[in-house]
Amino acid sequence: MLMLRRSKALAAALALIAGPVAAEVNDAALAAPRPPANLSEIGLFDDMAAMTPNAAAVPYTISSPLFTDYALKFRFVYVPAYAEPAAYQGEDVLDLPVGSVLVKTFAYPDGAGGLHRVETRLLIHQEAGWKAWPYVWKDTQDEAVLKVAGKDLALTATRPDGSTVDVAYHVPNVNQCKGCHVRTDGEFRPIGPKIRNLNLTEDGGNQLDRLVAAGIIAELPADHGAIPATPAYSDETVALEDRARAYLDANCGHCHAPGRPADTSGLYLNWEEDREIHRGIMKPPVAAGRGSGGFAYDIVPGDPDHSILLYRLDSTDPGIMMPELGRSTIDEAGVALIRAYIEALGS
Amino acid sequence: MIRHIAAAAVILWGQTALAGNEFHIFPGESAEEQLQEALILAEPGDTIILADGVYDIRNGLSLDNPDVTIVGQGMDRSILSFKNQSGGAEGLLITAGGAILKDFAVEDTRGDAIKIKGVDGIAIVRVRAEWTNGPDENNGAYGLYPVQTRNVYIDGSVAIGASDAGIYVGQSENIIVRNSRGEYNVAGLEIENSYYADVNANELTNNTGGILIFDLPNLPQQGGHHVRVFDNKSYANNTDNFAPQGNIVGLVPRGTGMLIMANSDVEVFGNDMRDNDTVNVAIMSYVEGFEDENYNPTPRRIHIHNNVFGASGGNPDTSEFAAIITNAFGGPLPNIVWDGVMPLANFFLWGIEDGGRHSIHDNVYEANPPFGNANLITYFAARWLHKASLSMKDASETYPSLAPVSVTIRGVDVDAQTF
Repeated sequence: MLMLRRSKALAAALALIAGPVAAEVNDAALAAPRPPANLSEIGLFDDMAAMTPNAAAVPYTISSPLFTDYALKFRFVYVPAYAEPAAYQGEDVLDLPVGSVLVKTFAYPDGAGGLHRVETRLLIHQEAGWKAWPYVWKDTQDEAVLKVAGKDLALTATRPDGSTVDVAYHVPNVNQCKGCHVRTDGEFRPIGPKIRNLNLTEDGGNQLDRLVAAGIIAELPADHGAIPATPAYSDETVALEDRARAYLDANCGHCHAPGRPADTSGLYLNWEEDREIHRGIMKPPVAAGRGSGGFAYDIVPGDPDHSILLYRLDSTDPGIMMPELGRSTIDEAGVALIRAYIEALGS
Repeated sequence: MIRHIAAAAVILWGQTALAGNEFHIFPGESAEEQLQEALILAEPGDTIILADGVYDIRNGLSLDNPDVTIVGQGMDRSILSFKNQSGGAEGLLITAGGAILKDFAVEDTRGDAIKIKGVDGIAIVRVRAEWTNGPDENNGAYGLYPVQTRNVYIDGSVAIGASDAGIYVGQSENIIVRNSRGEYNVAGLEIENSYYADVNANELTNNTGGILIFDLPNLPQQGGHHVRVFDNKSYANNTDNFAPQGNIVGLVPRGTGMLIMANSDVEVFGNDMRDNDTVNVAIMSYVEGFEDENYNPTPRRIHIHNNVFGASGGNPDTSEFAAIITNAFGGPLPNIVWDGVMPLANFFLWGIEDGGRHSIHDNVYEANPPFGNANLITYFAARWLHKASLSMKDASETYPSLAPVSVTIRGVDVDAQTF
C-alpha cells in the first residue's frame, strides 16, 4: 500500500512538471488548532463556486444515510499523500490516518436545475484526535464561513416525490457535533465510514475496490463475500426487517449503541445488536418522559401505534422527537418503513 | 474568533492564570449565540458570567470543555428561558467534567432542563430548574439530571414541575445532593442505579413522591447500593401523579414520602416525614417483568432508624399499586411498608435471604403503626391465606452505619471548597 501512496505522490509530482500547477490541500491549516474562517482557505475544493473537489479528494457514498430534512449530501475523503491508508476492519469505523478529512456538503435543489449549498461539515483527524467544524455557505455560493455556534436557517426542501416542505434547518454547533460523535469513553470519532456502510455496488464495480485503488483503504479480504454490508434501506428488494434495521442503524445507532451517547437508555439500535429486549422489543422506557407518548414499550410487535419508537420518529416536538438533532421534518418514508416492520413483527 | 466574541461581549483577561478568562453575557437578541459561542470557546478555568435578566433561548445549549464555570447573579435573577425553544432535547447539556454551575435558572425547556452525561465532576449550586406552568405531563422529564457521572455535587438547588424527577441522578457514582428543594414534581428527588450517594438536608413537598431510590434492569449500570438518606424533610407529597404513561415513575402513588425499589444497602436516618396521604416509606420490588439475569429486583439491607414519622395515609391514592397495598393491610397503612416480595424459593423455605433482611429501629412514630409486611406473594397467589403482618420480624437485622460519601470536583473535595 505504501507504493500506492507513493504513486499518488509521484502522480502529483508529474502533474507539477507536466502542466498547470494543481492546487494543493492546505495540510497546515488542517493541523492548526483553530480552523480558518473561510472554507476556501483549506483548499479542499479547487473551485468553490462549482464545488469541484481537489484532485486528491475521493468521493464516496454510504449505503444507508442519516435523514437530514431531505438534504442531499455529497461526501468525500481526503488522505494526505504522506499518510498510510486505513487498515481494513470488519467492525466499527475506519481508522483513517492523522491528516485525513471527511468532507460532507449538505444541499437542496435550487429550483433551477442546480443546487443550493447550505453547509459543509469537516471532520479533521488531528494529532490530538478528531475535530468537527461546520462551514455555512454564503448566498453567493462561492464561499462558506466557519460557524462554531451553528446557525438556524429557514429553507424549502424537496421530498423524493417532488413535493416541497418548509424546513427549520439547524446547522449544528461544534458541541452538537460531539453529541453524536463522542463515545462514552470521551473519544470523538466519525460515524459513517464503516466498511459495512461503504460496501456497495456503484457504476463500475464495488465502491470498496475504488477506495482501495485510491489509497484510502488498505487491501480487502480476498473473499469479498465475507465483507460485511449494511443494505440500503431504500432498496425495496431487501427483506423488510433488514431494511428497517439498516434504517435504525443509520438514524439511531450512532447514539443508541453500547458505549455511545444514548446507552443510558439500554436501547441499542445498531446493526450488530441481536438481543430483542435491547432492540426495543417489549422494552419499557427508562427516562423517556413525555417522549413515551403514554405507551409502555419501545416496540410492541404488531402494534406500531402503541410503540414508543415509532411515536418519536413521527414527531417534530423537540421534547419528543428522535433523533434529537438533525431534522425539523418527519421522514415519511422512514416512518412508513418502521411502521411496516413493527406490524410484521407481530405476524 | 476571540475578537468576534469581544466585539459582542466583554472579555476581561484574568488576573491570574488560575482564574482563567471571563465571558460576560447579557440578555438581548444575540445572547443565545454569544452564550453558545462562549460555551464552545471557554477553556479550562474560564468563567461564563450571566448578567441579570431573562434570556430567550431557542436551541439547546451545550458545554463540552472541561473545568468551565457558569455563574449567574442568582437563581431568580439570571434566567435562561426556553419558553420558545424550537430545537434541542434539553436546555443545557454538559459532556465535560469539572463544570461548576451556580446562581442561575433554567425554565420551561421542552425536554430535560440540565443534563450532564458521562463525566467526572459536576457541581450544581443554587441553580433552579423549573416549569413555570406547574405540574403538567407535557413538562420535561428531569430538572437536574446527571447520568453516568462520577462525583456529583448538588447543593442549595431547586427543581419544580418535572414530569418525572426534579432532581435525578442516574447510573452514577459518588454523589452528594444536599440543601436542595423539590416541589410539584412527580418525584422530588431520585437516585437510580447509582452507587455511593449522600442525600441530606433536602426538602421535598407537594410532589407525588418525595424521595425515590430505584434500581432498574437492562441498563449499563445497575445494582444500586450504598445510599444514605438523612436529615431530609419529605412531607405532604400529595400531588396527583402526572407522569406521562409508560414511565416507571408513573407507578408512584400520590402521597408517598419515600419509595425504595430494588436497591440494596440504603440507610435512612434523621429524616422527618409526615402528611403524605398514602405512606411515609415504601420498600418495594421491581414490579414489571424483565429479562436480565444480572438484575436483582428485590430490595436488600434497608436500614431505617432515628427518623420522625408524623401522621400519614390519611387519604390513600386509589391507583392500582396503592390500592393493592391498602387492600393488603385492610386498614391504615403503617409508616413503613414492605411489599414482602422475595425470590420464591426464599419465600417458601426460609424467608428473605440471609444477609438481606431489613433493619428498622429507634424511629419516632407519632401516629400509624411502625412497620408492615404486605406479604404480596400470598396476596396474589393465595388470597384466602393472605394476611399482612405488622411484626418487626423481617426488619430486625443489625447493621453498622454506612460510610459518608466524599465528592471531588476539579481534584478537590467539595467540603474543602467554597462555591
